[in-house]
Amino acid sequence: MISKEKYPGKLIVVEGIDGSGKSTQVDLLYKWLLAEGKSVYFTEWNSSLLVKSTTKFGKKEKIFTPTTFSLLQATDFADRWENNIRPVLKAGGIVLADRYAFTAYARDVARGVDPNWVRNLYSFAIKPDLALYFQVPLDVAVERITSARASLKYYEAGMDLGLSENKVTSFRLFQQRIINEYERMIDEFGLVVIDGTLPVETQQNQIRLIAKKLLHRWKGLPPPIPPQRSHHRKIKIESDFSERESA
Amino acid sequence: MNQIEYYGAGFPYKPNTDMPGKLIVLEGTDGVGRSTQTQLIRTWLENQGHAVSDTGLRRSTLASPGLDAAKQGHTLSSLTMSLFYATDFADRLENQIIPALRAGFIVLSDRYFYSTMARDIVRGADPNWARKVYGFALKPNLVLYLKADVQTLVSRIVNGRGFNYWEAGMDIRCAENLFDSFCVYQTRLIEQFDLMSDEFGFVTVDANRPVSAIFSDLKKHISDLQKT
Repeated sequence: MISKEKYPGKLIVVEGIDGSGKSTQVDLLYKWLLAEGKSVYFTEWNSSLLVKSTTKFGKKEKIFTPTTFSLLQATDFADRWENNIRPVLKAGGIVLADRYAFTAYARDVARGVDPNWVRNLYSFAIKPDLALYFQVPLDVAVERITSARASLKYYEAGMDLGLSENKVTSFRLFQQRIINEYERMIDEFGLVVIDGTLPVETQQNQIRLIAKKLLHRWKGLPPPIPPQRSHHRKIKIESDFSERESA
Repeated sequence: MNQIEYYGAGFPYKPNTDMPGKLIVLEGTDGVGRSTQTQLIRTWLENQGHAVSDTGLRRSTLASPGLDAAKQGHTLSSLTMSLFYATDFADRLENQIIPALRAGFIVLSDRYFYSTMARDIVRGADPNWARKVYGFALKPNLVLYLKADVQTLVSRIVNGRGFNYWEAGMDIRCAENLFDSFCVYQTRLIEQFDLMSDEFGFVTVDANRPVSAIFSDLKKHISDLQKT
């Protein structure tokens, strides 16, 4: 990570272990930004259609190694980077990413790949304008995950590492390794720590404050011109439109 | 293979066990005659009593179906393609090549990551980035580089499988038509191979000659390796 390119858009990412609550928070942030009249694009880890069938096949057949798992997720990311993330950033929109390269740095290294090697893989991507790390104690995350799901999946539980025959035990050991990697990255990449044990609303208020600061005085891509009859837009945004129309 | 060496960190999570086999790579651009030579070498080695395993690009269990499908569409960017090929390569290396080397096989690889890297760089990838991506790659015992002029390649392609979109680099439109694009693209690939030749210790074999002449050179180099 850290290509030198500069983009007019803003990139905000959320990171944390499974069960840290980051997806809930990024979803709320997304809805708020839309309501604020921003042009926002949301993207999720491992969601490229081009790579989907391969990921599914590898998981089903359990043939991933730490290296191929890492490379395929980088392929998935590269596809989203080229086709979705980068164009929106160039256009001046906001990109919200549920997991980013840090996920690879944490998980793949927890699986045993070389930290510098995986950092190089993602060196084409930019450093986010804001990276939120949802910090939760292992027990909290485990409790959330195991109570919400019927059973843990093979790779999710890190069963490929052979840490334990028991899925929950394996999951705990694997997640602890991931936490250790995240903790190291807080300083390395300036991750902004959010206490994931706080009430949902408290966390969201903190996040919106941080986002407001980031977007203060920033002029991104205006949203499409609303239909004439809509009156719910804020005056400030309308004045942006008139500037644009007269330009 | 007595000393196991990787170009970078290799597979740190893997125990470094002994690999008594040998890894022999045939490199060169499209239409240079690699597959023909691979078959000849295989038969020749098997007649000598060696167990041979052959492998080539886009032949991994994990990534080849997805990669083939992606190449049919038009959203596959160069960057994504680089990493998809790297996935394919890593899967073959870990699941086919290394186990075969451990079992004492001679592994004949029809291309290695040098080809993929040359293509990535021609498509604009940072050469340094591309080299580091393949830091997990095992150093082969011998890399035979079949080098032919574009003229020779053209003749083989016309009299063989015909021109193809990817081999002509049409995804980056080196020229407005398939033939011209092929010539420009292959010339650029050859430049990249030449640049890699010293760095990776290629043994260059003149492939502008009849199949039998090339084959006898290749046999000589392989025999030299077996003596070491």
